[in-house]
Amino acid sequence: MTAFLDVRDLKVHFPTDDGLVKSVDGLSFQLEKGRTLGIVGESGSGKSVTSLGIMGLHTAGQYGRRKARISGEIWLDGTELLSADPDHVRRLRGREMAMIFQDPLSALHPYYTIGKQIVEAYRIHHRVESKAARRRAVEMLDRVGIPQPDKRVDSYPHEFSGGMRQRAMIAMSLVNNPELLIADEPTTALDVTVQAQILDLIRDLQKEFGSAVIIITHDLGVVAELADDILVMYGGRCVERGPADEVFHEPRHPYTWGLLGSMPRLDRDQQERLIPVKGSPPSLINLPSGCAFNPRCPYADVPKDDVTRTIRPELTEVGGRHWAACHLSAEQQKRIWNEEIAPQL
Amino acid sequence: MLAYLTRRLFAAAVMLVVIIMVVFCIFFLVPEWAGVDIASSFVGKQADPGAVAAVREKLGLGDPIHIQVWEFFKGIFAGRTYAAGGEVTHCAAPCFGYSFRSEQAVWPVLTDRLPVTLGLALGAAVLWVIVGVAAGVLSALKRGSLWDRGAMVVALAGVSLPIYFTGLLSLAVFAFGLKWLNAQYVPLGESFTGWLGGMILPWITLAFLYAAMYARITRATMLEVLGEDYIRTARAKGLREHTVVGKHAMRSTMTPLLTMLGMDLGALIGGAILTESTFNLPGLGRAVLDATRNQDLPIVLGVTLITSLAVLLANLAVDVLYAVIDPRVRLA
Amino acid sequence: MTISEWSDGAAPAGSGGAAPARPPGDALLKVTGLRKHFPIKKGLFQRQVGAVRAVDELDFEVWPGETLGVVGESGCGKSTMGRLITRLLEPSAGTVEFEGTDITHLGVAGMRPLRRDVQMIFQDPYSSLNPRHTIGTIVGAPFALQHVSPRGGVKKEVQRLLSVVGLNPEHYNRYPHEFSGGQRQRIGIARALALKPKLVVADEPVSALDVSIQAQVVNLLDDLQQELGLTYVIIAHDLSVVRHVSDRIAVMYLGKIVELADRDSLYKAPMHPYTKALMSAVPIPDPRRKHAKNDRILLSGDVPSPISPPSGCRFHTRCWKATERCGTTEPPLLELLPGRRVACHHPENIEAEAARGG
Repeated sequence: MTAFLDVRDLKVHFPTDDGLVKSVDGLSFQLEKGRTLGIVGESGSGKSVTSLGIMGLHTAGQYGRRKARISGEIWLDGTELLSADPDHVRRLRGREMAMIFQDPLSALHPYYTIGKQIVEAYRIHHRVESKAARRRAVEMLDRVGIPQPDKRVDSYPHEFSGGMRQRAMIAMSLVNNPELLIADEPTTALDVTVQAQILDLIRDLQKEFGSAVIIITHDLGVVAELADDILVMYGGRCVERGPADEVFHEPRHPYTWGLLGSMPRLDRDQQERLIPVKGSPPSLINLPSGCAFNPRCPYADVPKDDVTRTIRPELTEVGGRHWAACHLSAEQQKRIWNEEIAPQL
Repeated sequence: MLAYLTRRLFAAAVMLVVIIMVVFCIFFLVPEWAGVDIASSFVGKQADPGAVAAVREKLGLGDPIHIQVWEFFKGIFAGRTYAAGGEVTHCAAPCFGYSFRSEQAVWPVLTDRLPVTLGLALGAAVLWVIVGVAAGVLSALKRGSLWDRGAMVVALAGVSLPIYFTGLLSLAVFAFGLKWLNAQYVPLGESFTGWLGGMILPWITLAFLYAAMYARITRATMLEVLGEDYIRTARAKGLREHTVVGKHAMRSTMTPLLTMLGMDLGALIGGAILTESTFNLPGLGRAVLDATRNQDLPIVLGVTLITSLAVLLANLAVDVLYAVIDPRVRLA
Repeated sequence: MTISEWSDGAAPAGSGGAAPARPPGDALLKVTGLRKHFPIKKGLFQRQVGAVRAVDELDFEVWPGETLGVVGESGCGKSTMGRLITRLLEPSAGTVEFEGTDITHLGVAGMRPLRRDVQMIFQDPYSSLNPRHTIGTIVGAPFALQHVSPRGGVKKEVQRLLSVVGLNPEHYNRYPHEFSGGQRQRIGIARALALKPKLVVADEPVSALDVSIQAQVVNLLDDLQQELGLTYVIIAHDLSVVRHVSDRIAVMYLGKIVELADRDSLYKAPMHPYTKALMSAVPIPDPRRKHAKNDRILLSGDVPSPISPPSGCRFHTRCWKATERCGTTEPPLLELLPGRRVACHHPENIEAEAARGG
């Protein structure tokens, strides 16, 4: 019995003139229906490429000879997507799995009305008349909180505000009741007060539709709001994965510590100083050997024999459903977090 | 939408008046100021002063400028009467005057020749849009492939080879060498197949140049559009690839092409001078070439005005189509 | 070479005498009734049919050595305000005084000496650096523009600046594309600091950067302020960043300052309903608080257009406390408590704060 979504050793590599860009390099995770997984990482960590890989969109728009290479297994509800017939995967897209993108203005076609775009999404997968499809579109717009949906259905994207566009985008992605919804930075382009509305909406809709949700973001606040489980990516790999509460309150990986220390927090007293991660994110063409985080890790010299620079750490279970890929021993991780990091946050 | 149309129409009308004024100035006032006597160029160099004076009077060249402009306008929109020494000639609207050489009214000369040019331009346009856009889209979809490279080399050749080279070459091979086609122009009214036979080579020659340009623009635009976020969204919905490209991407690719097509068609209706003279087609291009050689001012002026009008109308059509394609334009 | 050595170092040649004498405690920058309307022109004759009221009647001052944070959502006019006080834009009305001198309508030549004292850091570290210039040229450009020759030569000074902002001085001859986003922002900061400015206006200095890099740049700005005695105006949309860097904070909504107060009281007990809603909307990075979110205020709808802002209080269309009066009478920005200015007819937390203050 496999999970509803089971990703095993996923690799997505892009050949370029400068070398092979290993955007995702051996990623595994599972997700059940009704749960939300938050994938957190900085730019270039491979979080967006992962979602495109699942959707089968990683090669889209890449015409020409240098196509992305993808390997591993992606099981969605018992079907392995990478070895399946591409036309079969296409028919799953939009029906079984749907996606919300970061910038709703550029993600909606500027020349078609909102209604037409939603109707199109519906009619690809349902043999219904255009009138019925239009009713469905109005119903969805109403559901996502667009006022006067029967009028707004005929508006063009440029006639909507940013928040309304993202609501329309969500309506479009949910029109076929997908079992898996991937939201790639769904609120990054929005203002704080609008972001709060959209996060609220996504939470409500998930309760209603019971789908599995992957939310991809760089904002730890957003994942804390929505996610049941959190996966932290660095350099195309998972460095830590576990229940949200544990990842925030007992994180095991030094990179996760760095992320938590880097962000000023409104829910705490004023910090004297932020604790940044030194250096910059790695090049995906020449990842540092051993642990990809080692050049930026303050604890790289704690494990013996230089293993951090020579051996790539495997994800190991450090607690119930909690994994970390780090050479520090579980005791060391706990001690450093409790004694050195947590008191400073 | 209606407000947008009204605004465009009004702007086009204003533009037309401005064009007529400018054209009048270039043809009648500038030569006068430069010391070239239009009347004597009409009569001929060895004419006696009396004849020159008569022509000056007949054409109203001695009148104040605003009278001359007014008469010119009146001629175009209402017709005008030339009177000199008891001899009265009425020239019906639209009156561009009389040819200095054949003394025929200019308008009928132009309307005789317009269908030839129109046939040439429209026929070639159909050809180059189909071939150019198809080649461009295919090249974009197969970027970097042998097809793409081949097509782009051919396109580069098309852009750089002059019409008289490709035209004469095709004449030499297909009309005189293989004798497949007729090199003679036959009016459409006489024989359809004859007309077709005579037009195929000019069409291909002219379309080759433009198809090459359109293929390059289509390829570049299509590649840009395919990288847009909304194309990714279309794929994420589960659309078939041919719908993604043929519907979503194509609609955005059309906008710059449309602008080009409007400009090119407008300009070509004023005469494809090189193509018409290479293939000896009696179109406006030929007329203007001959008229320039003979210093036949009214004919050149007439063709200039027709060209301007065609460009104006083509642009108006493009503006309207633009608003149909891109809803954001309607607001502007 | 440390930062303090640099700050004690040579004054740029030609910087003239000391600043005009002023009584202690005077504002470094004083803004009164500042307004910027961008006209909207339409039609064949480009008649003005309206205006984007980007900034409307701002009053505030910046004290020497402090950091004033300016926070608000898109379209609130915070960036326009930044460009007005650095005189990259010409105000439509009002005055801007720098060290007691009215600079509101100074021309390019008149502004030249002032450009040395007021510098700007931009949001996008990719587009704000000329890709064809080496970073040596970029950071050294202010010296050439102001005809200043630092002691020890421009190159030496630039290398010192690079080390001050944490870059390798040997990278003097590299081009911007060879640096990461965070490093480019450091280059921008080095350029801003070249002429020892008194006031640095930073427009979203960290919002284009990754989280871990953000913290580096925030800390750098902090260090530079302490060691060089800089005064900052930091414009940002991220409330947690603004709280971290600011001493006082101005909250803007639709071209107006709705609340201006010191950081701690603003975040502990916001008085303007908009400030309260804005702060409650920030997602808290703590899953344990996920289910205790009843205190969140969800504003309905979007920010109205600055072309036709609502009458009276501009926030009244989205405010849960709005009364009839809010729709008709615009509330002035009043000092309700010492050091706390609020523009609201029905401020929050007023009794509690007054009790605390008294």
